[in-house]
Amino acid sequence: MKTKLATTLIAASAAAFCAGAQADTGKLLLTGGVSSIDGAAGGGLTPWAVIGSNATAGEIGGSAYISNLGTKDYGFNFYGAAVGIKDRFELSIGQQNMDTRATGTALGVPGLRLKQTIIGAKVKVAGDAILDSDTLMPQIAVGLQYKTLAGSGLNATLDALGAKRSGVDLYVSATKLFLGQSLLLNATLRATKANQNGLLGYGASLGGSENSYSLQPEFSIGYLVSKNVVVGAEYRTMRNKLVKAGNTAFATNTGPLRSEDWKDIFVAWAPTKNVSLTLAYVDLGVVVPATTASRKQQGVYVSAQLAF
Amino acid sequence: MKKTFISLAIAASGLLLVGSAFAQTMAPKDDQLYKAFGEKAGLVSLMDDFMTRLVADPRTGPHFGPANQQRIKEQLVEQLCALGGGPCVYKGADMKSSHANLDIKKSDFHALVEVLQASMDAKGIPFRKQGEMLALLAPMNRDIITPK
Repeated sequence: MKTKLATTLIAASAAAFCAGAQADTGKLLLTGGVSSIDGAAGGGLTPWAVIGSNATAGEIGGSAYISNLGTKDYGFNFYGAAVGIKDRFELSIGQQNMDTRATGTALGVPGLRLKQTIIGAKVKVAGDAILDSDTLMPQIAVGLQYKTLAGSGLNATLDALGAKRSGVDLYVSATKLFLGQSLLLNATLRATKANQNGLLGYGASLGGSENSYSLQPEFSIGYLVSKNVVVGAEYRTMRNKLVKAGNTAFATNTGPLRSEDWKDIFVAWAPTKNVSLTLAYVDLGVVVPATTASRKQQGVYVSAQLAF
Repeated sequence: MKKTFISLAIAASGLLLVGSAFAQTMAPKDDQLYKAFGEKAGLVSLMDDFMTRLVADPRTGPHFGPANQQRIKEQLVEQLCALGGGPCVYKGADMKSSHANLDIKKSDFHALVEVLQASMDAKGIPFRKQGEMLALLAPMNRDIITPK
């Protein structure tokens, strides 16, 4: 219920700003990042220290996005919104839907769709990623993501594995644009219990407790080809919290539920100040390898963002 | 956990290495940048274009319309010439006192950067060279933007 209320509030205020309720906002092109799959401003897979929307100091802005990723065995769509306040605070809401296709059928739940809602808050604590170009000091932000997985036909399985259906991620991000080199670097360190970003719950206890936080580094590198085109790559480490539970459940030692690091190469283009389009090739590694013949889940990601 | 720490250590040392390499390239050692901007004649022509756009742009027009445009252009030419490693010494007013009491917001500074990018595009200055010059100009925001 609280989740729904927060969702409605963030989405409504983002919509209000997107509808042009606010006067012109003044960030430089693409410096609010694009929308990550978690809803926070950043790259595609990982949050950055930048604050979303076009709002700079003293302004309030909003952004909204819709994204799609099709891998070998799964279909994902993502949508959400964010509000940027005075280039210091960011509130975001992200919805992730995963169509499990053959995996759902193999698990006895044909048509299984996993739905995760992520409410995020981020605050910039130091630095200016763009204008402090005479120092190595990056822009630094800390953030929190409250993730809830909606009830589904997978409930019984998650309960059997001992995986919870909600969790909180905490992260710190450092982002620096080397203006003279047209190079953007980001490093994020995330404390999380999530399995596959939370789509397979949080932690596990079958076969041994995996319920503590782990620290996962995530990296992005971007090269500005022109003032409105960035190409780059991202790497997001994933923790294997379902290995023991999966081995126990499937009575094997091959890691039927193991995960691998996520990565992508991307190009982002801002045709206007208010629109950005991202095209990426994403590799999520194996996702429930037991039901997908350990195929790498790779595919094309497209995302569109409106920001004001 | 071990893997995590190793990754972190690699990342941190990578950032430091990259950082120290860049730190050395921040200030121009030669006049490459000055030449990329077309030397004195190129800078004069760039600043003529820049001032025309600044006055025409509704975001920056109110600041530059009433100002002494000729003097600002001359000072900017001198300043960019010096920053680019050209044979100039900037003798104009210091940034802080010349922008005091002007109520300049961060969005105004960003607007000026965008207008300058438009002018540099119009003059055919390569994007990488534009970035090198902007990297030298951007820190001035601390003296230009009015503190809250």
